[in-house]
Amino acid sequence: MLSKIVRTVANQLILFILIFGLYVIAHGHLTPGGGFQGGAVIVSGVVMLLVAFSSKELKKSLRERTLSIMESSGALIFIGLAFAGIGIVFFYNFLVGTPIFGRIPATGPGPGDIWTGGFIPLMNLAVGLKVAAGLSAVVLAMALFSSGEEIEE
Amino acid sequence: MAALITHSPILIIAIPLLAAFLTLPIGMASKKARNALLIVSLAFVTFLVIILARDISINGIHIYTLGATSPELTLPGGAMVPIRIILEVDAMSIFMGIIWATVSLAAAIFSLSHMASETGQNRFYTLLLLMVTGGFGMMFTGDLFNLFVFLEIASISGAALIAFRTRFADAVEGGFKYIVISAVAGLIFLFGVGLLYAQYNSLNIGFLANAMQYSTLDIIALTLFLVALTIKTGMVPLHMWYPDSYTVAPANITAMLVITSHACMYAVFRICFSLYGITLDATTVGWIIVIIGLLTMFVGVTMAVFQTDVMRFMSYHAISQMGYMWMGVGVGLAVLGNPEALATYGRDAISGGIFHILNHAMYKPLLFMTAGALFHRTGTRDLNKMGGLGHNMKFTLILYIIGTLSIAGIPPLNGFASKFLIYESVYQFNPVLAVVAMLVSIITLASFTKAFQSAFTGPQLPEYKDVKEVPKPMLIGMGILAAGIIFTSIFPGLIVERIVNPATDALINQAAYVNGIMGGGMP
Amino acid sequence: MMEYIPLNFPFLAAALLVGISFYILIFKRNLIKLIMGIAILASGVNLFLVALGYRAGGNAPIYTDVPEGPMVLPVPQALTLTSIVINVAVLALMLTMVILIYRHTGSLDSEKSRKMKG
Repeated sequence: MLSKIVRTVANQLILFILIFGLYVIAHGHLTPGGGFQGGAVIVSGVVMLLVAFSSKELKKSLRERTLSIMESSGALIFIGLAFAGIGIVFFYNFLVGTPIFGRIPATGPGPGDIWTGGFIPLMNLAVGLKVAAGLSAVVLAMALFSSGEEIEE
Repeated sequence: MAALITHSPILIIAIPLLAAFLTLPIGMASKKARNALLIVSLAFVTFLVIILARDISINGIHIYTLGATSPELTLPGGAMVPIRIILEVDAMSIFMGIIWATVSLAAAIFSLSHMASETGQNRFYTLLLLMVTGGFGMMFTGDLFNLFVFLEIASISGAALIAFRTRFADAVEGGFKYIVISAVAGLIFLFGVGLLYAQYNSLNIGFLANAMQYSTLDIIALTLFLVALTIKTGMVPLHMWYPDSYTVAPANITAMLVITSHACMYAVFRICFSLYGITLDATTVGWIIVIIGLLTMFVGVTMAVFQTDVMRFMSYHAISQMGYMWMGVGVGLAVLGNPEALATYGRDAISGGIFHILNHAMYKPLLFMTAGALFHRTGTRDLNKMGGLGHNMKFTLILYIIGTLSIAGIPPLNGFASKFLIYESVYQFNPVLAVVAMLVSIITLASFTKAFQSAFTGPQLPEYKDVKEVPKPMLIGMGILAAGIIFTSIFPGLIVERIVNPATDALINQAAYVNGIMGGGMP
Repeated sequence: MMEYIPLNFPFLAAALLVGISFYILIFKRNLIKLIMGIAILASGVNLFLVALGYRAGGNAPIYTDVPEGPMVLPVPQALTLTSIVINVAVLALMLTMVILIYRHTGSLDSEKSRKMKG
């Protein structure tokens, strides 16, 4: 555990990191970024908490089991979305033309429209969930592991 | 049913993936439900593979374009380049698919008892199903980059599974070796993919084959592919990791790893025949493959003779047997540019090599699983410490005998059928090769007899007096493979005609493979 | 001659990275250094892929917001990203295994921590 200053700053900073991560995930279909990148940004926040507080402290609020379930559900949403198009073809973008993310973007320069891309924003969210949960579990497990603790199943 | 067949290529890949991520939430609720999910999903995949195989034998190559408006739409809107991820399943792919489905089902059933006392089984089955996904993906994809991705999926999950029993120091070491080798091989492969993309702006195997110039860069790319996949297959001289990793994995995982290694071999054949095909300097590359095969065959069996660890002993034999396949297919490749030689013996040589993949894919996993059964009951892999186990483990003994006779190429078992096909055709190409192959076969028989004698025969040892037969799921898992061996032994002609020869023709007939992609655009 | 150097520079850098990584993989015995070697190899290959897709003066390949002119190829970027994701998994797995090996053998030297021979 580091000094009080570091912990306080980390406590304030984590909100901004989370918001930035969510921004990168949500705008994955418009700007550089996407599920993996945003998820990795969120995990960098988790790593910061891990450095500021100890892995034992963090273990109390971030449970291995919860992370596992989040990770699995992220993957399941992704595959589920892919399966949802199987009436036509696997991975068929069935949301194009519907009110949810269904608009066709105009060609040429423009500010970008968030309601485009079909199921790609949703897949980005799913991937973001999976990466954030999965990589957090990895760094947490490694931190616990190298500090000599056994991991609960 | 028709819709099921249309979508089966992707369903075969996606269902294990879906099941993999369902394993964890379901496994937390109930163990039995999780085991049922595992078996049912793999059984359903096997069913899909069989109906797809039947459809391919009737209607030819099966194309599946992900995300298009229709599965066959490879060139939308009159495009010149296929733009989506395309799965292309021909007779060779589905041949590998049949093997992989059978072995993974058998291995999954086997693991129900074999891994029953381990912790973290939910993760084990997640990884196992991911490995199944990776294997099928490698076999079915028509896209080089996709091949790399699935190769890595299979490697990562495979490495984690090898090291799964982390309480053993050697298991972790074996897993580490496997992942290091896989990572390096994967990156070398990716470099080759980049070289091809730089020239032709596409990753699709069919499109690349159509545009292939065989320029200097293409030769470099081919070298990179061959090096990467030779490492991953475990051929001599890059085989050092192979016994180390395969020895320490749980036996059912070793059985599956044998097939992922065959999948890498499949990738070699796919790249040589379908991607480069006639543009290839067939004689040189063919001879390279033949010589690698010959070396592998000989070094593998010589190293095996000195082993006392039963799994290690079998790993070296697995290396040695893979040499036969490379030799058979290599001879075919060497005469690819010579239609006359191809018709007289080249095609038979390829058929022999491919038939040997099928046979090896049944008896070697069976042997590994019997070794796992011995380990399950005795807790040791050392042949010198075993003895007299035949008294109590009669079924395992019978299954072991079936596997041994088959690997040694004793007629009428299936190992003989494929080896004979190889000897016969290779002899016409170069007699020396056939002589070495026969010699290796004899050493194989001798060393397996020795292993058999030390494990099963002899007086009952006092410490193994209370050893029981292994539980039923393990016997069923091994039984599936033994049944496959017996079936292939009784009807070798049928198997060669229905499954092996179409696969051979699919490899030789590059035009059909290209046409599957480039002729697939709908108006 | 000089004007070609900036274009070829990424490829030279990629080759250098690959060369360094092979040196590490062959001559270094420390397992952590071995992992670093693989990470460097991955960077080299990724750099090579990204450099392949670059077009001099090209725009970022974002469809809705693009000025006139050539566009950088998006496919190699997607490939690189996938490769990075895979490498994250590989590196995490390797590091975990190294921690386990250290626990079992108390050494990170690949010669000393070796159990299997033959």
